[in-house]
Amino acid sequence: MGFLAFLVIIAILGVAVVGMYNSLVTLRNQVKNAWSQIDVQLKRRHDLIPNLVETAKGYMKHERETLENLTKARSMAMGTDTGGERIKAEGALSDAISKFFVVVENYPDLKANQNFLALQEELTSTENKIAYARQAYNDQVLFFNNKIEMFPSNVIANMFNFKKQEFFEITEPEERNVPKVNF
Amino acid sequence: MWEIIQANKTKSWILFILMGLCLILLGYIIGRVTLEEEAGGILGIFIAGIIWFILSLISYFSGDSIILAVSGAKEVTPDVHPQLFNVVEEMKIAASLPFMPKVYIINEAAPNAFATGRKPEKSSIAVTAGLLNMMNRNELQGVIAHEMSHIINRDVLFMTFAGIMLGSIVLIADIFLRGLWHSSSRSSRVRFGGSSNDKGQLQVIIMIIAIVFAILAPIIARLIYFAISRKREYLADASAIRLTRYPEGLASALEKISGTNLDLVSANKVTAPMYIVNPLKGKGLKIADLTSTHPPISERVKILRNITSATYLNYQQAFSTIKGKATPILPPSGLRDNKDIPLLSPTGTEEKSQDSKTSMRNLGDLMRTVNGYAFLTCLCGLKIKLPPTFKEPKVKCPKCQRLLDSKAI
Repeated sequence: MGFLAFLVIIAILGVAVVGMYNSLVTLRNQVKNAWSQIDVQLKRRHDLIPNLVETAKGYMKHERETLENLTKARSMAMGTDTGGERIKAEGALSDAISKFFVVVENYPDLKANQNFLALQEELTSTENKIAYARQAYNDQVLFFNNKIEMFPSNVIANMFNFKKQEFFEITEPEERNVPKVNF
Repeated sequence: MWEIIQANKTKSWILFILMGLCLILLGYIIGRVTLEEEAGGILGIFIAGIIWFILSLISYFSGDSIILAVSGAKEVTPDVHPQLFNVVEEMKIAASLPFMPKVYIINEAAPNAFATGRKPEKSSIAVTAGLLNMMNRNELQGVIAHEMSHIINRDVLFMTFAGIMLGSIVLIADIFLRGLWHSSSRSSRVRFGGSSNDKGQLQVIIMIIAIVFAILAPIIARLIYFAISRKREYLADASAIRLTRYPEGLASALEKISGTNLDLVSANKVTAPMYIVNPLKGKGLKIADLTSTHPPISERVKILRNITSATYLNYQQAFSTIKGKATPILPPSGLRDNKDIPLLSPTGTEEKSQDSKTSMRNLGDLMRTVNGYAFLTCLCGLKIKLPPTFKEPKVKCPKCQRLLDSKAI
């Protein structure tokens, strides 16, 4: 009888351990997935810029420098792949894009171009998606790290060597620096 | 965010059971009275249960398609309104939702929106053409974030079930009272006559209790339903800010919606609680005056403008400041997380600069696009609208008589 009770307890414990382990794995995968979402959007931004420059070129004859800076920032961002460097390069690209849109304000013809408007909407949205993907990543990391710290899942996390994940930190507080589309 | 989902699920079940008990009790009393014997009560419970079960089944499996059909929503592709799709995708990313909700447009001028679908995988978001025409990007984002919050907080299934429960209670009580009216006018002497003996008197008392209960039950159920509906609206506002980090977008969207006095023709009593603001209002009334299923808009806007951080705790504090009392409106589990989340700085409110005539034309064009119209711009500058039934290869411009190739769109 005592032996049977012992078996039952062991079985319940086993199920609980497996359940917690699995949920930790799921959460870790969600963190990874959230990170790859950021990559998807950064890639999308790289793809959009050549089209944008091509469309704007005809209208912005006197703004060669702005356009060149934009193209340069893009290739810089595409060329780096290590963590810190890359965040910096992508940040520089964001700046170049917002500078570009400030300059665009002086070109009403360009702003009336349907093709350009569509591209501007795409780029605005991609900038937002990057920001929201980062935000979602941080949300997932917070949730995962909390699970790792809290009892009882912290025991399992220690046992199977689940490591806390790092937050995505931006040095200065991020602003909504994307200019708005004006219809 | 995830704690809120769990708390919501638990609460949903409690309410579900409470309303179920109310339904069973109602079924019992009515059955007991109409058949005038013990077995009648059991039969009443049974019938009430069956009505509720069938309605629940229908709403679970095809509730969303029924609601979308009733409200005249049409599923659209991204090319009909790219910005709408972009904004929905932004919010999907912010909410870490693995599935993109289906996007619908309702061809009506009144600005409004709702979300439906029993689980996130099957969710849909519907907005009216008027909303798209009226809102700027940030406002649209606020509205979509609110709808996305209903999806991630699992409000839709819950509100549908609660609605069905309310509907069953109203239906049963109504049948009973009507039946009573008819039978008492026909055979009142049989029922109430000869009440000199004790049994008759008891019967009358039970009958009165039943009538009172049949009148009160729907009212109480409706009050519970409205209270919960209002809480869910506050919660969806709070979650929306958690997603966008930009309360001004939603605040000014709500203001714009409440400022119109257009009627949403396709909305009715059943679908009303689903919209971002209550679409039902009396003639000549502003939507802002109605408070039943939704909190007053002015109050929601004030709370949103008082927020300083995108946490649930901060929303609750803003709510308490505005209302002057500390009524808890958000699940306590969501309030534990008090790490400050900074808001995005406002970029100045840029209005959609369009006069009412262009606005009407844009709205008309959007509605036609939703209905599958094609647009053809003639060299003389005239924009020709081709209905989806138009199959001719050539079309003559009504202004300059040029022959245009209708396939070259």
